[in-house]
Amino acid sequence: MTKFSAMRFGALAALPMIIGGVPFGLIFGSLAISQGLEPWIPIAMSLIVFAGSSQFVALGLIAVDAPLWVIVSTTFIVNLRHLLYAADFIKYIRHLTMPWRVVLGFGLIDETYAAVKPHYASGKLEQETGHWAYLGAFLAYYLMWNITTVIGVVAGELIPGLSEWGLEFAMVATFIGIITPYLRTLPYWSAFLCAAAFSLILHDLPNNLGMLLAALLGVGAGVLTDYAKHRLQKKNSQPHLSVLAEKETD
Amino acid sequence: MIAIILGMFVVTFGVRFVLYARAHKVVLPVWVEDALRFVPVAVLTAIITPMILMPDQTLMFDWQNPWLLGSLSAFVIGLWKQQPLLTILTGVVVFFLSNYLLS
Repeated sequence: MTKFSAMRFGALAALPMIIGGVPFGLIFGSLAISQGLEPWIPIAMSLIVFAGSSQFVALGLIAVDAPLWVIVSTTFIVNLRHLLYAADFIKYIRHLTMPWRVVLGFGLIDETYAAVKPHYASGKLEQETGHWAYLGAFLAYYLMWNITTVIGVVAGELIPGLSEWGLEFAMVATFIGIITPYLRTLPYWSAFLCAAAFSLILHDLPNNLGMLLAALLGVGAGVLTDYAKHRLQKKNSQPHLSVLAEKETD
Repeated sequence: MIAIILGMFVVTFGVRFVLYARAHKVVLPVWVEDALRFVPVAVLTAIITPMILMPDQTLMFDWQNPWLLGSLSAFVIGLWKQQPLLTILTGVVVFFLSNYLLS
């Protein structure tokens, strides 16, 4: 594969995710406007931060006047999962120069990972061209994300009362769409139920601290359940599911 | 607002880049990887549950709550079909229908 055909290959591999991302870019842009934010804010966020779910979360936190440290630390926690992708991709980017790693690191989102990973795993992408495909997938998604953000901003400005449409519910539905594929094993159910229960119990804590604590307790519940499950299943000597293989549905 | 965006950039890029920067010799402890995989479910659930069940800041666990109806239907479809776009569409349609019919 030449550099260009590798880039095109990556962009095409990301196409399903790109199509799926279009409504969220639109919703993000118009939601920000409906919350009374100035147009440059969502546009700058999509350009500079480039992290779909945490951008939505940030909008929610800005709307309730959460302080800076809560927004930043929540963003950190929401994006922690990217560490897993990075850990998995280390072997593919190890030989690259630092500027390449910076660019590819910036572009390491759920969709890029999901688009490129299977082709690395199958050997279709290797050291010579793999990073060009990775770059192509990232740039294609990045372009879509920023264009739809701008369109969403314009739509939000042109269509008054867009906030009355209940667009925030689209965010809730989006998150449910991300969560449900995980709920196939007991540990994930445990994390889910624990986080849900504590988010209600701790809801009155200031600065959305309840959300952070509930999330941490949910993670703890998942880990403990997983631990208990493996102790019970010791006899089966069932191979431990690869953490990263599970993430591909994300 | 600039501080928020820059702060978000720093932590987001930091998380994505830190392992790439030291790609030569990085191995995450197993327990960290184990815990991290629960993060998306736990965080997203903790965010949306109060939005769904406390749309007016008080617990509203009944069928007249469009947020609950939309979410439940999205949840059921999501568990059944495992297709995010279909899940979202179902939730949004049920939410808007019930919002319209109940108001």
